[in-house]
Amino acid sequence: MRNPWPWKLELRGTPSRSMTYLSPVLAVVLTMLLGALLFMALGKDPLAGLKVFLIDPFNGKRAISELLLKSVPLILCALGLAVCFRANIWNIGAEGQFTVGALFAGATLVAIDVPGHAIPGGLGLLLMIVAGILGGAFWASITAVLRDRFNANEILVSLMLTYVAQLLLMYAVNGPLKDPNGMNFPQSKVFSSEFMLPELISGTRLHIGFAVTLVLAIVMTVFMTRSFRGFSLIVGGTAPHAARYAGFSSRSALWISLLISGSFAGLAGAFEIAGPIGQLLPSVSPGYGFAAIIVAFIGRLHPVGAVLGGLVMSLLYLGGELAQSRLGLPSAITGVFQGMLLFLLLASDTLIDYRLRWKAKV
Amino acid sequence: MEQFASLIAASINAGTPLLLAALGLLINERAGVLNLGAEGMMLVAAIAGFAVGYATHSPMLGFIAGALSGMLMASLFSWLALMLATNQVATGLALSIFGTGLSAFIGQRFVGLALPSQTLSIPFLKDLPFVGPALFQQHWMSYLSLLLCAAIAWFIYRTRAGLILRAVGESPESAHALGYPVRWIRFAALLFGGACCGLAGAYLSLVYTPMWVEGLVSGHGWIALALTAFATWRPLRVLLGALLFGGVTILQFYLQGIGVTVPSQILSMLPYAATIVVLALISRNPDWIRLNMPASLGKPFKPNAS
Repeated sequence: MRNPWPWKLELRGTPSRSMTYLSPVLAVVLTMLLGALLFMALGKDPLAGLKVFLIDPFNGKRAISELLLKSVPLILCALGLAVCFRANIWNIGAEGQFTVGALFAGATLVAIDVPGHAIPGGLGLLLMIVAGILGGAFWASITAVLRDRFNANEILVSLMLTYVAQLLLMYAVNGPLKDPNGMNFPQSKVFSSEFMLPELISGTRLHIGFAVTLVLAIVMTVFMTRSFRGFSLIVGGTAPHAARYAGFSSRSALWISLLISGSFAGLAGAFEIAGPIGQLLPSVSPGYGFAAIIVAFIGRLHPVGAVLGGLVMSLLYLGGELAQSRLGLPSAITGVFQGMLLFLLLASDTLIDYRLRWKAKV
Repeated sequence: MEQFASLIAASINAGTPLLLAALGLLINERAGVLNLGAEGMMLVAAIAGFAVGYATHSPMLGFIAGALSGMLMASLFSWLALMLATNQVATGLALSIFGTGLSAFIGQRFVGLALPSQTLSIPFLKDLPFVGPALFQQHWMSYLSLLLCAAIAWFIYRTRAGLILRAVGESPESAHALGYPVRWIRFAALLFGGACCGLAGAYLSLVYTPMWVEGLVSGHGWIALALTAFATWRPLRVLLGALLFGGVTILQFYLQGIGVTVPSQILSMLPYAATIVVLALISRNPDWIRLNMPASLGKPFKPNAS
């Protein structure tokens, strides 16, 4: 293809380390600039639009706690996906794993949270969380089995399972887990407050799960950079032949990464049930599992990066909600921004291997 | 008997968008490009087709709008995956995520509106017993997709251009060395794929449903991607697969209709579960898949830095 631009891309001798870290920043900045153009095209003041996305979510304790709250499921799912992508396992079913985690957790609470059953709040909470983790891991293990035993493409399988998971949740809230006093709405009962996660900052909705998420990010950093298992996993992803030569099993990489990813997504689902939502709804996730794919890439497939990426993505979600209430735009604008962000990140990443050179005039 | 005929007719109706999309993706993949953005392209085309069809009262214009928007989405993918040689899996996912968001954003004003349903009856043939109601009372797009299937089979196996397309997918380096513009050929293939996915998306919102709800495509794009693998990248097998999956999709409504006491949500899982099962069965033998898959599928081609 002939290059129509006044510049050209020149292959660098070695990939640029600084661009690896600058590229996500560049992508975020470009997304905001394109976003401003989008606001203009929609006949809105671009500065007011950007303020809604960049400044309002930081406006006060309540706003910031909401920002951190929303980042929890995004970071958790992205932590797991980063491991998968590092191991070259294209698990894109975190959304389904999240859904099943929430379903298992919700079902546990429906079973426990009945008058007369004397299960203390702390124990119930623990059971609920374990159920969520097991649910997510179970759902991911289906993908692992089919990939391992039948060589089935994990992208398509994990995605199809997401649709199945959503239908399963729909079935549950319309059937066995439906609130008998819920005026026929497809939802479970509202769980008692004793089974809700304790709040981290009093007077806000931010719960203890945020602290757990940060701890898990540290654990995953150690796992991926310091442990033998993490090392063999990453080698398997980047250089499969070398990994085979070193005797690292690709089967165990498949299983470990998918089980980690599923557990984290399931935990995120449980946290949503016992945190901000407090009951089981068909709409437990506004696409957290898919957004987490972007978070993982923005975070350079690194746990610390996932935390930062999760905060950026949380900003987009809140910005989208505010754009709806303050600017009268559909909240689906979040999805547009998400897609743009990933496109621009992929484009910016070109600068890791190439540098821009202005073409000499002929 | 009458019921069986209507079952076949409904399966063809449900299989048409799968066939259209999978044929487009087949051409992409034969050229060595894996575009996981099918779902996103179909969603954007579905809302574009619906919006234009609704505004102009012309389904034809709706289909054209769908095809054009699919091509626009595909060119976005092409710019990244071909010009910048980005990872095709990640870029395709980006296209799907973007398409999901964009279609929901545009579609907000169209939620709840509906179009009249439309079919075409072929004179004389439609009056044939059994065969008439089963086969000859479809939308014209269904017949067009059959023609397209035959045309693509002929193109791939019988024309020089088809041979070049396959060469690009099998060994872009050799094709490049022989002087063929690999990236332009891939670009053309992607545009064609985008147009097909666009028609498929428009079919869903103009004919199959016919209305707009968020996430209307509900996995048809992904199932179409799986279909190309089931069909081991052969057009006639794509046709068989699409009809089979159309049948599975219809089976859930049929089972509900005859009063099977299974919750509707469980029945709705059928197409997705069937995709998983067939995918597992067909992939069981890795050698067989490797033998049939275009050799450069999913690998970016960088002739030299430009």
